[in-house]
Amino acid sequence: MTLQLLTIIFVDGLNYAATLFLISIGLTIVYGVLRILNISHGGIYAFGAYLATWLALQLLEAGLPPYLSYLMLLAGGIIIGLLTGPIIERLFLRRIYGRDMHIQLLLTYSILLILDDLMKLIFGMEPLIVSEPYTLLGQFSVAGISYSRYQFFLIAISVLFGGCLIWLVRGTRFGKLVVAVINDREVSLAMGINVNLIFTFAFTLGALAAALGGAFIAPTIAVVPGFALEVVVLSFAVIAIGGMGSLEGAALGALIVGLSRAAAIHLYPEIELVIIYLIMVVVLAIRPEGIFGEEELRRI
Amino acid sequence: MNFPRVPIVGQIFVVLFLAAPALFPSWILFLLTKSLFMFIAVQGVALFLRSGNITFGHALFYATGAYTVGFGTKWFGFRELAVLVPLGALAGLIMAALVGLIMARYRGVFFAMLNLAFSMIMYAALLKFYWVTGGTDGLPAGVATLFGFQLRGSSFGFYYFSLGIAGLVAYGLYRFLASPLGYFLKALGDNEIRIEYSGESVRHVIYVAYVIAGGLGGISGVLAAFTIGHIVPEDAFWIQSGEFVFIALLGGFESIFGPLMGAIAFEFIQTYASKYFPLAWQMTLGGIMLLIIIFKPGGLWEIYEGLTSRLKNSRWGRYILE
Repeated sequence: MTLQLLTIIFVDGLNYAATLFLISIGLTIVYGVLRILNISHGGIYAFGAYLATWLALQLLEAGLPPYLSYLMLLAGGIIIGLLTGPIIERLFLRRIYGRDMHIQLLLTYSILLILDDLMKLIFGMEPLIVSEPYTLLGQFSVAGISYSRYQFFLIAISVLFGGCLIWLVRGTRFGKLVVAVINDREVSLAMGINVNLIFTFAFTLGALAAALGGAFIAPTIAVVPGFALEVVVLSFAVIAIGGMGSLEGAALGALIVGLSRAAAIHLYPEIELVIIYLIMVVVLAIRPEGIFGEEELRRI
Repeated sequence: MNFPRVPIVGQIFVVLFLAAPALFPSWILFLLTKSLFMFIAVQGVALFLRSGNITFGHALFYATGAYTVGFGTKWFGFRELAVLVPLGALAGLIMAALVGLIMARYRGVFFAMLNLAFSMIMYAALLKFYWVTGGTDGLPAGVATLFGFQLRGSSFGFYYFSLGIAGLVAYGLYRFLASPLGYFLKALGDNEIRIEYSGESVRHVIYVAYVIAGGLGGISGVLAAFTIGHIVPEDAFWIQSGEFVFIALLGGFESIFGPLMGAIAFEFIQTYASKYFPLAWQMTLGGIMLLIIIFKPGGLWEIYEGLTSRLKNSRWGRYILE
């Protein structure tokens, strides 16, 4: 009995952790390189989810084979990521690098407000639901409980995402340039690195991760107006626990939050929501820079 | 008593506000009443902005004040302003004193996001415990009384009561900002370590500012509940917090009068935006905010100061200002 319960908590927690990792990885990339907490992240995520769902619905209505809906999800995420990323970075963020923290937060916050309404204007107020990608893969059972295969598909995708990003940062020339820019912007500039271009790339990468995350999570939820902000708060909690700007931190944060939320749901459902913030407060009280974070020195 | 030197725009405001019931139709009076309680809440946000921090969760305290009225009405049938305003302030203070214990440790990104998280918890709790809070339906506020006399939310009496409270708040804040602690708060955005060199604890400064801001939020919530007449969980929602931030930014937070200009402008923008583009309210807010951040970070106050300094340099202007 207890073993079965533990298995259920573990599997549920892992599923939820995959979702959390997908929603928070873009935020941590952008913070890591630009040192800006991108509140509009939630808007990009929601936009990705909306366009992916809408495209998949169009495809199904046209009577094309439902297996193509996975391609539609991918296309929706990529379109939104490549569209919003460069626009937001080039038009708006570029103007506020080096300005006060509260100005930077306010700017990304206003972009979130605009994106939130833009989605309502484009896709309407009705919730969009596409369940075919979710049901197509079928179900299988673990420890007597049946699970949808799509949940495990999400785990695979998040592992793939994480792996690709770690390879990108550790194993490629682009990664080395990014690390140089993070460590010292001015020296990198002097060495001939096009810092502006690196910033645009990094932000677009973050936007792409957010939009793709939204696109693949969309079939498991109903896409409704106004779910953007919840995502910002959740993903902030995840990366604050793991350490802002760290990829491994986002993975660990997602696992901790996912498992403890699953445990809370099965053992003590009243604290389901509070537990996430409780963990965040405890971790930040003990280690303010997060588990994998680097300590920042105070200005003198 | 040490009275503040009120800038000329402030003097004009005071005269206009006092004479408003005689000058304007009732719908404008209602907007002015609303801008007064917004003004009070926004002063809390402006306190943090002065120190270079920002909060996206100030609606937590606003909702605390509003639900103080809601529970007073629901459980005791009690609508006495002379008691509820101090009680709302106290509820806000207590809430801020508790949350502030955690919050005083953080700045910048963490301060902003943890505040947001706390207000989201409040919002979720207000929705979830519907048998206490009325859930999405909220609670009715009813008609307030002041020393036993009824004051409708849209009446002259309630307007003057709000004006009196707003005046007291403005004066109290002036005194706080002119105190050593107020100066330390302003210095916080520039250099924290120097504050500690001069023997003041940064955490203490933030904590005091946080508790004051909480109390202001509580007062504002009480007035809002009676002005609008209805209390809903959305009072704690992030859009509400965003509106406070918007007003602080629109008006400018360097002066006490900035948020007043911001609050009045906000009420008129809201009225016209909901008339002409009802679906794009947040987009309007966000768009105006972007323009201010990029072109005029000091808000309306900066525009006003630019105008007066230009006037001061012209011959005629000097007569007007002196």
